[in-house]
Amino acid sequence: MKDFFKPHRIVLIVLAAALVAWCALSLNWTWLANPKYQLLIVQGIWRTIWIVVVTMVIGMVLAIPIGLAQAAGPWYVSAPARVFCTVIRGTPLLMQIWLLYYGLGSLFPSIPWIKQSDLWPYLRQAWPYAVVALSLSVAGYEGEVMRGAFKGVPHGQLEAAKAMGMPPFTLLRRIWLPQALQRVLPTLGGETVSQLKSTPLVSTITIMEIYAVTGRIRQDTFIIYEPLLLLAVVYMGLTGLIVLLFRWLEGRRPTRTA
Amino acid sequence: MMSGVEAIAAASALDLLALSPPGWGATLLAGLGNSVIIALGAYGLGFAIGLCGAFGKLYGGPITKDLLAVYTTIVRAVPELVLILILFYAFTGLLNQALLSWGMERVQISPIITGIVVLGVVQGAYQTEVLRGGILAVPAGQIEAARAMGMPSVTLARRITIPLMTANALPGMANLWLNATKDTALLAVIGFSELTKATYQASATTKAFFVFYPAAMALYLGISLTSTFLIGRLEKWARRGQRDVRGQ
Repeated sequence: MKDFFKPHRIVLIVLAAALVAWCALSLNWTWLANPKYQLLIVQGIWRTIWIVVVTMVIGMVLAIPIGLAQAAGPWYVSAPARVFCTVIRGTPLLMQIWLLYYGLGSLFPSIPWIKQSDLWPYLRQAWPYAVVALSLSVAGYEGEVMRGAFKGVPHGQLEAAKAMGMPPFTLLRRIWLPQALQRVLPTLGGETVSQLKSTPLVSTITIMEIYAVTGRIRQDTFIIYEPLLLLAVVYMGLTGLIVLLFRWLEGRRPTRTA
Repeated sequence: MMSGVEAIAAASALDLLALSPPGWGATLLAGLGNSVIIALGAYGLGFAIGLCGAFGKLYGGPITKDLLAVYTTIVRAVPELVLILILFYAFTGLLNQALLSWGMERVQISPIITGIVVLGVVQGAYQTEVLRGGILAVPAGQIEAARAMGMPSVTLARRITIPLMTANALPGMANLWLNATKDTALLAVIGFSELTKATYQASATTKAFFVFYPAAMALYLGISLTSTFLIGRLEKWARRGQRDVRGQ
């Protein structure tokens, strides 16, 4: 702590505090007092968090078989998995979201049995497309990471399990998967931050998360900079939370550092 | 054998992608050109910022180090889309204010320049970190030896540090190049007619979503696969004379 407060740093902190004070006092924050906007902002932040959590979970669940297929599957399983990862990682996420939302969204109404199914009321909304697109994106990026993690588990571990006569599925469940997951845990925090940073893209398909909310406020009030500053602060706060959460998670796991 | 319907669909898909006006091929290719120009420009600007930033973070004074830490932390914690909006308004606004105060006319900055500057600032933060890692991986003895020979610091960077760090920094820099090409799509949200926007316009007009999106995705994939191949060659060149870690 003593190292942190060097003389130049105290000056920088004072300058930063002055900048924040100037922003707070001389910029126009009156819109924050409007209860309508307060509700929208809280809802928007909640939706952003919800999207990150749901798509990370679905994406990781999908990434495990994709990684396994690439690491150990026969060619007719590993080749499609590799193509999937290449396409997801090689094209912009915005384009994938628009393809699903506008493309499938215009295709589905023309198929009678989909229109009559129970799912139709959901398929008419935007959020299923957003969740699918973001989950597939996680699956593509993490599938590649999981491939490396599965391959990185020491061979002796798997051979020992086989020598004990462990059936393949038990081997996967007890030995291979836990050790692979342990390997990806340190990278998962960074991936979650990237996922948080791609959530504003779903605002382009009418989902009112925090980015869309501030866009709406800017349109309503003709105030340009202030909502954007709030937005940046919100994202920095959320990023900080994710980093702290994963630091705590990693701290719970006993590790040996050489 | 193709059925009649499929044959018609294939023919109309080719018509839609034709280069001359009823087809949208020329629009897509112009979008691709814009995307590539913005990606190249942003990457180049990012490299200039990143190189200065990396050396500044390692060898700069305490204030330089702290300011660079603030820059890289903020840029990497806030979504690119938000930064693009903030910088887009701030950059054009500040420039016009400056021009007005010098008694000059307000200017409309070309979207391509704005895109390059905005994405370049974002790239710069990431490249600073990658290049810093690359410099740190250069064996300290090499740099100490050069200093002991009395080499001035610019010559040292040019002759020793930069050539030796190239191989270390290349994989990270390759990833950032792929990010730069994909990040150009974000400019579609603020209305630049790069590839994603062109695809959106073409498919919204013709309703042929499953012609234009796969075509544009193929173009993006083409960029990324070609880049990956070329970077692989480059890395082999950068690692010439080094022992292969895999022991082959």
